[in-house]
Parts: sequence; C-alpha cells; structure tokens
Amino acid sequence: MNLKLKVWKQEGPDTKGYFKNLEAKEVSPDMSFLEMLDVVNQDLIKKGDEPIAFDHDCREGICGSCSMVVNGDPHGPEKAVTVCQLHMRKFKDGDSLVIEPWRAKAFPIVKDLITDRSAFDRIIQAGGYISVNTGNAPEANSIPVPKVKADAAFQDATCIGCGACVAACKNASAMLFTAAKISHLEALPQGKVESQTRVLNMIGQMDKEKFGACTNTGACSAVCPKEISLKTIAKANSLFRKAAIQKS
Amino acid sequence: MNQVFCRTPFLKQLVGLAGLALSGFVLSHMLGNLYLFKSPEAYNLYGHKLMSLPGFIIIEWGLFAVFLLHIFLTIYLVIQNKKARPKGYAVSPKKKAKASLASKSMQYQGVLILFFLIWHLITLRYGSYNTVMIDGKEVRDLFGLILPIFKNPILMSFYVISILLLGTHLSHGFSSSFQSLGFYHEKYTPLIKKLGVVYAWVVTLGFLSQPLYIYFFYKA
Ligand code: FES
Repeated sequence: MNLKLKVWKQEGPDTKGYFKNLEAKEVSPDMSFLEMLDVVNQDLIKKGDEPIAFDHDCREGICGSCSMVVNGDPHGPEKAVTVCQLHMRKFKDGDSLVIEPWRAKAFPIVKDLITDRSAFDRIIQAGGYISVNTGNAPEANSIPVPKVKADAAFQDATCIGCGACVAACKNASAMLFTAAKISHLEALPQGKVESQTRVLNMIGQMDKEKFGACTNTGACSAVCPKEISLKTIAKANSLFRKAAIQKS
Repeated sequence: MNQVFCRTPFLKQLVGLAGLALSGFVLSHMLGNLYLFKSPEAYNLYGHKLMSLPGFIIIEWGLFAVFLLHIFLTIYLVIQNKKARPKGYAVSPKKKAKASLASKSMQYQGVLILFFLIWHLITLRYGSYNTVMIDGKEVRDLFGLILPIFKNPILMSFYVISILLLGTHLSHGFSSSFQSLGFYHEKYTPLIKKLGVVYAWVVTLGFLSQPLYIYFFYKA
C-alpha cells in the first residue's frame, strides 16, 4: 500500500519547525509503524536527504522510547499499543498520516520527532524509589504481600514512562505517570515507609517541571499503551492531601 | 504559606471542594424556585422567608467567598495549563485520545456561567425592589421581577442557554471533584459518575421549567 505522510521536521529545540510532505511507497501491511518509517528514511538517505529523526529502542512495547502522535493520537489509533507495536495493517491504502512529536513545554523537541523526556527522570529521582541497604537478596517470604496488592502494584508498574499521557492531555499534565509511580510503590510494604515524602517530592518536582494540572478528562488513560487507570490519580491526590496536612 | 499547599493537586482539590459546595447551593436554589408552580404568592413568601433568616448575610458572603475561590484558583490553573503546551497539535485526536466535550471545555463554560451569574445578580438579586402585601406582610415582589424577564424572548433564551451550560458544567464537575479529592472506588466511582449526570439533569430541568412555563403557558 501507499501512504501520504506529513511529518514534523525541526532542526533543534529553538528553531522553527514545519511539516514535510513525504510518501511511503509499497508499504507491507505486516510492517510495524517504525519499520515503515525506516523504509521512508532509507529512501531519503538514498536521495541524499536527511532522514526523519525519531526515538526507538526495544521495538516491543516495553522501553517507552518510541513516541509520536499519529493523526492526533499518541502512539496512533490502536488502543493499548505503543507505536513500535502498531502495524501498518491498521491503515488503508491511500491514507494520509500527520506525524507529530509529543508537544509539551516540559518535553522540548530535540530534533524532528525526538523530545527530551528527562523531566520524567527527574520526577523519579525526586522519590520514585525505595531506600534499602544493598546486599544479599532477602528471603522472598519474609515480607508477605497480599495477592490483590501485588497485582495492583504490578498493574501500575507496567507504566513504561513513554509520556503519551502528557502528549494526550489538553493541559500536558504528567499526573498519570507520576501517580502510577506513586501508587505502585505505595501498594507494597517496602514502599509504604517513604510514602509521604515520596508523594510530596514527586508532585513537587512534577509542578517544577512545568507540566499542567490534571482536569480529569481521562484522555491520558485512554491513550496509555499500558492502560494505567485513573484510579492511580485519585490515589495520588488523596495521598498528597494527607501528606501535605500531616507533614506541615 | 507552606509550599505544598500551592501544588496543583492541592489547588485542584480546593477547586473541587468549592465546586461541590456550589453544587449543593445550586440544587437548593433550584428547589426553592419550584415554589413558582405553587403560586406567585408562595414564591414571593419563600424568597421573603429565606432572606429574613438570621444568618442570611453570613451565608451569602460565605457563598460569595466560595465562588471567588473556585474562580480565581481555576484562572490560575488554566494559565499554568496553557503554558504547559505552548504549541498545539496540527490534528485533533481522531480515535482514542478523545475526551468528552464537557470535560474539555470546563473553563469556557465557567466564563459564560460567570457572565450569567453577574447578570443574574444585577437584575434579580440586586434588581429593582418592589413590594407586595401578602397576608398583611410586606414582601419583595420577586415574581413581578422575573415575569417580564421570562416573557421576553431574548432574555428567556439567554437564561435557558446559560442553564444548559450550567448543566454541562455540573455533569463533569460533580464527579470530577470526587476524583480530584482522591475518592476512587471500583463500585462507587461509576455510580458517582452516573449520579453526577442525573444530578446535572435534575438541576437543569428544574431551572428550565420556570422560564419555559412562563414564556409558553403563563397568562397573567
Ligand atoms: S521502542 Fe520500546 S516501547 Fe516502542
């Protein structure tokens, strides 16, 4: 199949960007979206043009590097899938695709479709960990964790930090990401210990990074490739209030 | 003030809390208005009784403060939110990133409702003060005040449109407040969502009933 592409091109964080019209020819329906872009890039390179810059690493939906908005939807039209796992059979011959980077003040564009998402790293550094002494692995059954709690923690831990939630949110809010990390650690006995400082510090950092505020539209969860629930946001909200009142 | 109380999730909780308080007020206001269907006298008497309650002024100013809190915190948050995405997307979401229009346009609804509120305060609450005698008591003629307004097609339509906007605002606002306040429950959250919609409809239809009745059916 053949597709018409409109891809965002931008030299650097401070330069003006524009849409470049390209064609993807003889695309196999079995290709992934990124493979389709690889082919387009090969063509560009052969012609002596610059290829489109985009982020990717695992290409199996677990690293969270790939990040692009396809026709207005972060990670493309399919639900619960990263763009690296999106297949071209989801599109039709002759389709026009507009491909843009994540757009948020906190995610400055590095080049074309690549954004700098280190704001997420700084949120994690502010409290998305547990403090333990390193040494031998502890005996597995020394701290019992109820199954429901373990499952809830695991569900939240599936967040790959891709930033689609920020990209989809009309306020570019990072609440779903931050809340997933907070409620993941909160659910486990090891994480409970630092729960209050964690929630205060991570949310403090989130605000410092200039993400917007959550207005509960639910767009974040709808585009999340891991389908992180809005429940985590409610959880983080209530933890934050309690910690703010108790700690001050 | 301690910095943690300036964080966006905390401010949102205040907006939500104020919103819930205002939801309660709106419901009671709507129920009070229904006296109109009993008789113009009952309507006027209800207004008179309400305004002669001992703590009425305190309640009114308290309500005013809650309104201001709701509005000013929202303005602050909206400014932050706009700054968080200086450049928007060329294409709006087609498939999955869709959020309900009611939830996406809360701030715009809010601005329009504020216009309505100011108009309502000027023309009704602080509008012309005529009195009538009912059962030997001198009471404010509220019915006489609203009658020409609801009989006027332009003002009546303005009222109706504003109430529809208010209903839209409440339909997202009610359940959204619970989410901001951190209440989530597998069983009750979907119920609260439905309750929010039912509540919004009840308030909307309640408020719409008087202008529509007066405009189309009432003969003086
Ligand atoms: S490349 Fe790793 S998730 Fe897409």
